[in-house]
Amino acid sequence: MESFHRVTGIAAPLMRINVDTDQIIPTLFLGGTDARGYGKHLFHHWRYREDGAPNPDFLLNQPPYDGAEVLLADRNFGCGSSRERAPKALREFGIRAVIAPSFGGIFFNNCYRNGIVPVELPIEDVREIAREVEASAGEGRVTVDLEAQMVTSPSGRRYVFTAPGTLRAMLLQGVDEIELTLGRRAEIEAFRIRDRARRPWAY
Amino acid sequence: MRTFFDKVWDDHVIAKLGDDADLLQIDRLVLHELSGSQVVTALAKAGRKPMNREQVYTVIEHLISTRPGRGPTDSPSKSGPIMIEATRKASREWGFHFIDYDDPRQGIAHVVAPEQGIAFPGATLVCCDSHTSTVGGVGALAWGIGASEAEHVLATQTLAQSKPKTLRVTFDGRLRDGVYAKDMILALIGRIGAQGGIGYATEFAGAAVRSLPIEGRLTLCNMAIEFQSKYGFVPPDDATFEYLAHREFSPKGAAWDQAVAYWRSLATDPGAVFDHEVAIDCDGLAPQVTWGTSPQHVTSIDGIVPRPSDDGEEKALGYMRLEPGTPLAGLAIDVAYIGSCTNARLSDLRAAAAVLKGRKVKAGVQAVCVPGSTPVKHAAEAEGLDLIFKEAGFEWHESACGFCGSIGDNRFADLRVVSTTNRNFEGRQGPKTRTHLASPATVAASAIAGCIADARPLIPNS
Repeated sequence: MESFHRVTGIAAPLMRINVDTDQIIPTLFLGGTDARGYGKHLFHHWRYREDGAPNPDFLLNQPPYDGAEVLLADRNFGCGSSRERAPKALREFGIRAVIAPSFGGIFFNNCYRNGIVPVELPIEDVREIAREVEASAGEGRVTVDLEAQMVTSPSGRRYVFTAPGTLRAMLLQGVDEIELTLGRRAEIEAFRIRDRARRPWAY
Repeated sequence: MRTFFDKVWDDHVIAKLGDDADLLQIDRLVLHELSGSQVVTALAKAGRKPMNREQVYTVIEHLISTRPGRGPTDSPSKSGPIMIEATRKASREWGFHFIDYDDPRQGIAHVVAPEQGIAFPGATLVCCDSHTSTVGGVGALAWGIGASEAEHVLATQTLAQSKPKTLRVTFDGRLRDGVYAKDMILALIGRIGAQGGIGYATEFAGAAVRSLPIEGRLTLCNMAIEFQSKYGFVPPDDATFEYLAHREFSPKGAAWDQAVAYWRSLATDPGAVFDHEVAIDCDGLAPQVTWGTSPQHVTSIDGIVPRPSDDGEEKALGYMRLEPGTPLAGLAIDVAYIGSCTNARLSDLRAAAAVLKGRKVKAGVQAVCVPGSTPVKHAAEAEGLDLIFKEAGFEWHESACGFCGSIGDNRFADLRVVSTTNRNFEGRQGPKTRTHLASPATVAASAIAGCIADARPLIPNS
């Protein structure tokens, strides 16, 4: 699994509320059995016009935001469908961190397994960072440091955040989660034997 | 004193992983071809094998066509055939319980799981689909996961999860005629918002929930994710046991008695404390209909499009092409859609048929019914409901996820749809499609009127 420690990059203030995963990548583009090939359809209906040409009004089509590595968003980012192609599409586009007041729970977990860190900060802080970014016409860099659990705004203002310990450790080390769990095989087997005696119908 | 949720969670903890996560035993993994095909492909690529095929169920339902007479790989999606075939092949090779497109048990996974007894009280059940909480209606602890999490479950039959806080939503009082579980859940989301359940597991309780038939409880739990509660459930009671008895995968004989005794012990203890409580009075509840692009954009059938209170609502009105002050009832529609894991079970089709009987769909309105499962379709046909639908002017399809999401068939593009589904997101049912969510009765009444309409005057004996 891809690891993440720290990113310093352009931050795109996409300050919308309830951005659902159908917007991040529409169902139409979920085809295929591969784990890649979704970045070009990121925000498809917002990013492209009906004739397929890029929509110049959409933030991520405008330089410097077309090279964004950080996304700033309003509440409930990534709500809706469980599709893991949503973080995959963001990652392929180049996004390494999303900063928002809250996230859809399934999307939040999916981010960690795709090299993206979802950072929860109060809405006032996200807005303040967005204001700084906009004042610099997007050139001011934002740093997200998972190790220190700290966001640094273009002016150097620091915001502490808390990431769930287990997921954070996993992303910092880029561990293979399945391998890690299989290392507990004896413990799992012992549980299953006990549980099967109590709930045979579950097996 | 513990809640149902605490009991079920604690009984599945294999190991504590630090302060914030537990490694949980997963009793049932359900896969469908849209994400399941990616899961099985990734597992094979990594050179791994499923841990326990007996606990894995696959259903063909997301991408398969609903066309009567459909073939084994018919799909409106270009990639549909590849994904269906990959799922079919892996299911056979690895020996999962496999429900193919032409299996008489086939249907939408969340309809099939309770129908066949795959879901049961106190089970941990996961599926790559955010509406997996539907089966919380039979007292399972069920939630939607991503493809990587599903790969982990397939390889280990376990999953690491943070334990959420608990929310109890108590629906007091008694539903009036013409008001359904769909109206209850929409009213709740209108009250607490589309983010109201972030970080919570939700128990639905109260007299109005207890008196709901199991199918209504499934509708209620289906939309837990629409207020961002990954988990929604109704702890099991006699109605649950009666519903599950004799289902294909339900325990039988002495095992059944043993199971019921354990399931009874899972009820929330009197006096158990929840992290948060919400109460909704159902006595005065009217049918609900959405006006915007989030399920929280909802009002009563006699309500009006509100003045936007933030950017999100302003954008929603622009997308929906609606002006503040417009009454919802009377708004002309192009499509009436009955289908999905939310509202396409037998009781839903009966409620719609009661409205449609002896009436005709307004000229110019496309009216489509996709039953939630093949058993639902067959049961409806045995009662003659299909004839009522067809005589009214509805199309009658094979079961699948159908037109709830747009997978390549853009037949609802740029149209206004009143729909029994769960999401009114921008583009959810097609490019520029404007979706209004409502109950099956409301959709049926709207199909006849050609505009959003209150079903209550058309319901016999109401």
